[in-house]
Amino acid sequence: MDQHLLSVILFAPLASMAVLLLIPGSAKTAIKLWANIASFICFLVSIPLVTRFDKNAMSYQMVERADWIPSLGVKYMIGVDGISLLLVMLTTVVSFLAILSSWNAIEDKLKEYYAMFLLLETGMLGVFLSLDFFLFYVFWELVLVPMYFIIGVWGGPRKLYAAIKFFLYTLTGSVLMLLGILGLYFAHFDQFGFYTFEIADLLRLDLPLATQQWIFWTFFIGFAIKVPMFPFHTWLPDAHVEAPTAGSVILASVLLKMGTYGFLRFSLPLLPKASIDGTIVQILAVLSIVGILYGALVSLMQHDWKKLIAYSSVSHLGFCTLGIFALNPNGIAGSVIQQVNHGISTGMLFLIIGVIYERRHTREISEYGGLAHVMPKYAIVFAFAMLSSAGLPLLNGFVGEFTILQGAFEANRIWVAFAVAGVIFGAAYLLWLYQRTMLGQITNGKNLNLPDLSMREMFVFAPFIAWAIWIGIYPKPYFDVLEKPVAQIVERVRPGYYAGRTPTPLDQNMLPPVGGAQ
Amino acid sequence: MNVSQFYTANDHFVVVPAILLALFACALLLLDTWLIPNPKYRKILILAFVFPGLGFSGFQLWRLQMALSASGANELTAFNGSITMDGFALFFNWIFLISSFIVSIVSYKYMEVEGEHHGEYYALILFAQCGMFFLAAGTDLVTLFIGLELMALCFYIMVGFLRGERRSNEAAMKYLILGAFSSGFLAYGFSLMYGMSGSTKLREITTAIAARDPWDPVVFLMMATTAVGLLFKISAVPFHMWAPDAYEGAPTTVTAYLSVASKAASFAFLMRIFMGPLATVRPVWEPMMIGVAVATMTIGNLAAITQSNIKRLLAYSSISHAGYMLLGLIAGNPTGVKGVAVYVMVYAFMNLGAFAVVIALRRKGIIGEDVDDLSGLMHKSPGYAILMLVFLLSLAGIPPTAGFLGKYYIFLSLIETGHYALAVVATLYVAVALYYYFRIVRSMFVGEATEKAPVTSSVGLRFALAAAGIMTLVVGIYPEPFLQMAQSSLPK
Repeated sequence: MDQHLLSVILFAPLASMAVLLLIPGSAKTAIKLWANIASFICFLVSIPLVTRFDKNAMSYQMVERADWIPSLGVKYMIGVDGISLLLVMLTTVVSFLAILSSWNAIEDKLKEYYAMFLLLETGMLGVFLSLDFFLFYVFWELVLVPMYFIIGVWGGPRKLYAAIKFFLYTLTGSVLMLLGILGLYFAHFDQFGFYTFEIADLLRLDLPLATQQWIFWTFFIGFAIKVPMFPFHTWLPDAHVEAPTAGSVILASVLLKMGTYGFLRFSLPLLPKASIDGTIVQILAVLSIVGILYGALVSLMQHDWKKLIAYSSVSHLGFCTLGIFALNPNGIAGSVIQQVNHGISTGMLFLIIGVIYERRHTREISEYGGLAHVMPKYAIVFAFAMLSSAGLPLLNGFVGEFTILQGAFEANRIWVAFAVAGVIFGAAYLLWLYQRTMLGQITNGKNLNLPDLSMREMFVFAPFIAWAIWIGIYPKPYFDVLEKPVAQIVERVRPGYYAGRTPTPLDQNMLPPVGGAQ
Repeated sequence: MNVSQFYTANDHFVVVPAILLALFACALLLLDTWLIPNPKYRKILILAFVFPGLGFSGFQLWRLQMALSASGANELTAFNGSITMDGFALFFNWIFLISSFIVSIVSYKYMEVEGEHHGEYYALILFAQCGMFFLAAGTDLVTLFIGLELMALCFYIMVGFLRGERRSNEAAMKYLILGAFSSGFLAYGFSLMYGMSGSTKLREITTAIAARDPWDPVVFLMMATTAVGLLFKISAVPFHMWAPDAYEGAPTTVTAYLSVASKAASFAFLMRIFMGPLATVRPVWEPMMIGVAVATMTIGNLAAITQSNIKRLLAYSSISHAGYMLLGLIAGNPTGVKGVAVYVMVYAFMNLGAFAVVIALRRKGIIGEDVDDLSGLMHKSPGYAILMLVFLLSLAGIPPTAGFLGKYYIFLSLIETGHYALAVVATLYVAVALYYYFRIVRSMFVGEATEKAPVTSSVGLRFALAAAGIMTLVVGIYPEPFLQMAQSSLPK
């Protein structure tokens, strides 16, 4: 198990799914119990990853490497660095909590439901662990199928529309990305004379700017749709609103991070010249800022609680991409931490909506008001989630947003001016939502006798809150873990950055020649 | 004059797989229709002739393969070069054989239900298989043409096999008339080839055409008429009109056979002609083929979206798959040829599988051909629904299924040869295709069952389904041995 820790983590959910399929469909409690136990075990096996992770190591750790399709140069190669470590842990924790939260929410086709979740977990872990581009692509696509079913079978009234829209959007992006991958594959063959998809090999490529640019755009479409960046975000509100609670949680917490992770793992290091190219950086930054502001403004206008949070994701992910394209250590590290933060806070917000939806079966904000009187525990949990999402100091959101803004400030001050407006709008729509639903007098008679959070529900929220406070108060371990991989990305994109220069990405003339210092 | 000079031991060794097929088919015909025309013994007859026929033929094919790899040569030729058994021919013959085998298995119960269970149906399968053998292995215009006609004639009859049904008769008639017409075009092209070279051997024709200017009008006429005939057979746009009607009207088992084996054989034929004699005319036909491939993917995919009959939907999807395979020819490099071989192989498994599910739904009184007939399949027969999901995902080209590998190779060859725009078009149609395949998925998994009784099927059908399903997944997850096989289809 020691050498194959990552494989164990990766395939534990799949093995659990196989066991789950053996349980007869009528034994509902057994299915639920097994799904919960299995996903908890999947979380437990991922803990040694943290304890054995060496934050000072310069490259990927716990790497496993085996030939998979030799005639294509495809390998089964997995490994972790600081960035993937955080996202893997986020995946195992959130998957467990999402499954736990479904105990009462899902009544029919239980077996299929939990099977899909476990399959999804393997897919997501595979995306974050793969160090072979082909393998990455397989897992990337594998994620689509279970998510389609989670939305399409257990979703709301317009579930079919939302599910196919999600599938088609992401599929279109990813097949175009595949062409970019193949472009790199042949470019590598031209330079080195052998075919490979291994990231470490592809990193040695030195491509002319024009080639890098077209490959960058194919990657961009794949990743930007997944993030989603404005203007590719339209699938997200539909998918979120129609998905069952746990589906929304996974979608927001983990699935969207696949896009930002793609930028960090592939676009930046593999295509450094394109990533620092003035036009590209400017376009990406502008799209991120538009996403931040647009998402926030649209959130302000929503009547549907869940749609509001869905649009807030567009805004928050805008911060993540802005941080990435600040192309400096603060921006990128902040972006990764913000990805984890968004997983925690938005995951929690979707769970909160799920709790009230189970009780009232409506998500109209105007149906609620004064819930704090009847559901005090619920109101406290919601307050934590809301403040964490709004970026209150001492909670996690602040750490991420602050670091991103710091990085963006270093890159371009005008960006920050706009992005800060997004922070203000963010606080506005969240506080206003809280006020309209929780505070004041109870205006709707139906809300008078709502039960407060049960023990199980408290247990779902407790880890999220603890995690939010931990990152908020003591984020140092997170920055430590991220330091080396982030430094590598920055050094790759802007060689000589650490030698004391601080050029802005738009200031091309100050940059030393790219690609020489590796 | 010594007779054996026209039929040497080597000649015999090369054609014996086809001879066995023809002998078993003749025996089956004689026994079933004339000597023992009693339906009671039909089952035994079929078991005793069809499967051994295919089995022996397969065994001889295996011996040929062994002999070829032992000799280390590229090819074994027979009959003065009319027949060439090379890796390419062997690879395609295995695909034909597997398709014929699976189709024979699934036909058994289906034909019973249709009330048209006759021995000659199986004899026709064997004869068609025999024709396909010559299509893949022939390197002489006459041999190829006879192989094509033998296969096509069997299919004309099989499409119209449901004598009592108007749809089936109409389909057969359309297919026959259009098919005969296209054969005429092909024969015209062949006659020009002969005129230019004075030989019917592909090798000599290749030399003769290479000596000519590719833009010579006669060469163009020869290329165009040959292309029309071949494109008709693979149902490429604009010669696809027959396909939806023939697919819908034919018995579903025949549809499966037609869409897989006939298409594979026609592709083998197409590759032989276009990568052989017409290779030097590439500058002329390449732009034309690009147009045909794009049109084929466009019409196939867009028309499939609106279909409500599964067989028609799969017919249009099969048209679009032909478009993808053509892209391998357009790329034309070894990756592209290998891509076509891989694509044809995975297509055989996934498409036969998808049709087998449709066949399983056919029962007395229930046609089971409408997309809505699959409604709620997940509740009543989850096994079939999950298998169908695998086949549809594979048809759409989603990893880790076999279909992804086929598409992957096509994209690979396009990028390798610099056809970037074409690659983008081809990838975007993947999303379109997913949309209509998932209409079926949606109906199976989300829809409510209109009819509660679970699907019942024969052991053979279940075996065929399981085999197709397992192969679709295995080729997708561990493709290495299959890629080695496809590699062997290229000249060393």
